[in-house]
Amino acid sequence: MSSPVEVRMIVNGTPRAGRCEPRKLLIDFLREELGLTGTHAGCEHGVCGACTILVDGVAARSCLMFAVQADGATLTTVEGLADGDELHPLQQAFHRHHALQCGFCTPGMLIAALDFLATNPEPSEAEIRDALSAVLCRCTGYQNIVKAVADAAEKMRAAGGAS
Amino acid sequence: MNDTAFVSTGQVGRSLPRVEARAKVTGTAEYIHNFRLPGMLIGKICRSTVPHGRIRHIDTSAAAAIPGVYAIVTGEDIRKIIPDPYYGPAFHDQPILALDKVRFVGEPVAVALAADPHIAENAARAITVEYDELPAVYDEVEAVTATAYVHDVLKPAGTFADLKHLVGRRQTNVALDFHLRRGDVEAEFAAADHVFAHEFRTQQVMHTPLEPFVSVAEAANGAVTIHTASQNPSFVRVEIARLLGLKENRVRVRTAFLGGGFGGKLYIKLEALVTALTLIAQRPVKVSLTMEEQFFTITRHPCTFRIKSAVTKDGRVTARKCEVYYNGGAYADIGPRVAQKSGFAAAGPYDIANVHIDSFETYTNRPPAGALRGFGTPQLVWAYESHTDLIARALSLDPVEFRRRNLLRDGRPQATGTVMRDAPLAAVLERAAAAIGWGQPFDRGSGPVKRGRGIAIGFKASISPTASVAIVNLSGDGSCTLYCGTVDMGQGSTTAMAQIAADCLGIEAETVRVIAADTDVTPYDMGTLGSRSTYHMGLAIQRAAADAKAKLAALAAELGVPEGTNLPIAELFRRKYGAQAGNIIGTGSFMPSHKSPDPQTGQTDDATPYWMSAATGCEVEVDTETGRFRILRLVNVADCGTAINPRIVETQLTGATVMQLGFTVYEGMEFTDGQLRNPSFAEYKIPGIRDMPARLEGEIVTSRQGGGPFGAKGVGESGTYAVSPAIANAIHDAVGVRISALPITAEKVYRALREAAGNPLPED
Ligand code: FES
Ligand code: FES
Repeated sequence: MSSPVEVRMIVNGTPRAGRCEPRKLLIDFLREELGLTGTHAGCEHGVCGACTILVDGVAARSCLMFAVQADGATLTTVEGLADGDELHPLQQAFHRHHALQCGFCTPGMLIAALDFLATNPEPSEAEIRDALSAVLCRCTGYQNIVKAVADAAEKMRAAGGAS
Repeated sequence: MNDTAFVSTGQVGRSLPRVEARAKVTGTAEYIHNFRLPGMLIGKICRSTVPHGRIRHIDTSAAAAIPGVYAIVTGEDIRKIIPDPYYGPAFHDQPILALDKVRFVGEPVAVALAADPHIAENAARAITVEYDELPAVYDEVEAVTATAYVHDVLKPAGTFADLKHLVGRRQTNVALDFHLRRGDVEAEFAAADHVFAHEFRTQQVMHTPLEPFVSVAEAANGAVTIHTASQNPSFVRVEIARLLGLKENRVRVRTAFLGGGFGGKLYIKLEALVTALTLIAQRPVKVSLTMEEQFFTITRHPCTFRIKSAVTKDGRVTARKCEVYYNGGAYADIGPRVAQKSGFAAAGPYDIANVHIDSFETYTNRPPAGALRGFGTPQLVWAYESHTDLIARALSLDPVEFRRRNLLRDGRPQATGTVMRDAPLAAVLERAAAAIGWGQPFDRGSGPVKRGRGIAIGFKASISPTASVAIVNLSGDGSCTLYCGTVDMGQGSTTAMAQIAADCLGIEAETVRVIAADTDVTPYDMGTLGSRSTYHMGLAIQRAAADAKAKLAALAAELGVPEGTNLPIAELFRRKYGAQAGNIIGTGSFMPSHKSPDPQTGQTDDATPYWMSAATGCEVEVDTETGRFRILRLVNVADCGTAINPRIVETQLTGATVMQLGFTVYEGMEFTDGQLRNPSFAEYKIPGIRDMPARLEGEIVTSRQGGGPFGAKGVGESGTYAVSPAIANAIHDAVGVRISALPITAEKVYRALREAAGNPLPED
């Protein structure tokens, strides 16, 4: 066992620091050291996408990274989506469209969608399906998820246009 | 009391967003996955590497010597604190950790405990076990006659009267044989215009909830608390109390939201293990499985079904013989119930005068099989609806018309003798046929690419008899708390139960607080399984609400408030107690009537409180040069009685459709000599978003379930029934070949095409 190292990162806008072993996975660091349990571990081998977060603005699987690899990085997790009590348009759309059942994949879906809409604010349904193919859902059959992302994209465009 | 006398106040039937959706989109929803306790140890499991063998020696010394390891625990260590450490809902056949023998590759043999999960994992790998290998059996049909016996002696649990005759039975792998006899099939076969016989098989698949199995236990002062992702905490409590020789009130079992269940998180999974470990370690212990390990925990039964029918010239089925072999793996789990309770519906939703069913639950050296969204029903429908289609085609009858002619109508007896009621089978079939455009011309493809359509229908009886109890608590300010042991594993029960309670009390569903299953506070519920909760728990809640209302009326009378005054509840309390104080507690319970089937003939006039049905229509495109096929349309129509929350019902339906689509065309646990070759998401593919059919539709047929709460019934499994045969039937329609074993793969289709062309591919 190697000795713990210091890791610093900005998570959801707040500087955070912790000590962990070099082999500690980023997802475990987030969940155990920082108490951010909204990010879920499904498969722990990079397939299900439940653990998806933003690392320096890009979607990444936190089960495939060591915490030390994120030293100095800026991270966004599901806990960072809402603005106080005001849910992010994606969260609102998932809520409204029944785009979840057990909710275990939801944080990963939301972050994957966030990443995608940042680069493609006006996606077609096929593009949404393509973008979300990196996250598996065992419950919903995906239909409502596609609807929710399309609706959120529209709302975000409208809000962006208005401002 | 007349349960159907309730008139809706409008809360039932609303598609309100799920009450817990906000917590789920903000990452604040509680799952046992997230649960930790101070001083908690992590257990990692060392698993059997052989399919069947006597344990000669377990060497724990190297593992125990690893710095940071707290303890290594074996089955023998557990036997010291729990003298008879075997559990199971039907048979007490499963040891907490292997004792003397292992029965499948992946069976838990020892556990390494450490505060650090990586240390525990390394230690579990450092445990070495020597085995004397024994001959093994893997196939459900061979198991019946094999001389390799998975268990030396059968040990049915005392709870089921119909298993008593199996006590002490030796030299058998048959854990349950169910028989149904109605009329005389042999006479009918001898006299029939046509006799058709086929065999169909299904593969072993796994639920793969995205939240893998997880349990945490702590013990103090002669009591145990288990925090667990379980679908039936009440069962866990009773079973743990039995194992420990404790009264139920010393065992607390609580759940949170489950990250999926689908029947996997039923009965005992990790709960007995974490309990034993915490008692040994005297520290809280958590065991969370990896996705890989889930495949060694519980699965869906592989099944071989031999089916034979007598049919008249004009397309009436007059006799059907069903031989069903369920592969239960190494431990019975709830398999005997699958064999019996699904077995009696094996002849399908048809009006057949002569029926003969033999349904067997077998032990084999594979991972155990239990309940998976349908309790054996999808395996049955796969066979009888493939068979039905083959008959229609052989007789040049339209497959829908053939089904129509034979469908069981309301008021007619099903094979058990129980009269079918409130099962709109015909409406379900017709809606599916209409939705897929049955009978209308369509593009049959061109060149090597052909198109076809298929249809299938299935049904299932609710498992009976089972009980639910509910408590409605009205507080001093009039707010309502519902204590209900139904576990929300994603199906939306928290929302549906809040709607039922709210409707009965005439309040907004959003204002009801539903307390998640916790046996210290929520009353008994048999379990969240078999699409039983809406009906059973729904009725218990209705009764609890009626009880609370009666008590409110009594309170009003006591206070001299004239009837019909409609004083707010809070005001009643204030007048009674002079402050915002007090409670009114309404309780209600429900258990349907039931008559056990006759052990020889399977006959009973009260098999189930209700039937559920679904039909699937499918359109496929098959490339005859490669065998590759694409599902263009998949329409699933189910009957749900009254929908408590239509949006939730629709999501349940499409979710179940996609899950069964996975079991039909992608998923399959692959074994070589008992070794599972693909226990990971990388190798065991579940449907992703790009695997969806081009058009996927779910429709509900609204009807009214007599006796159900507001006319509702369960719908969680219905979407799985008919998907697989509808796809096989569509492929047959497109290219004229029949796939009789799941999963349907391009390779199988291509091989069948080559075979049909008289140019078979060599086996590899
Ligand atoms: S948990 Fe990271 S991809 Fe599955
Ligand atoms: S909602 Fe359960 S996995 Fe997606």
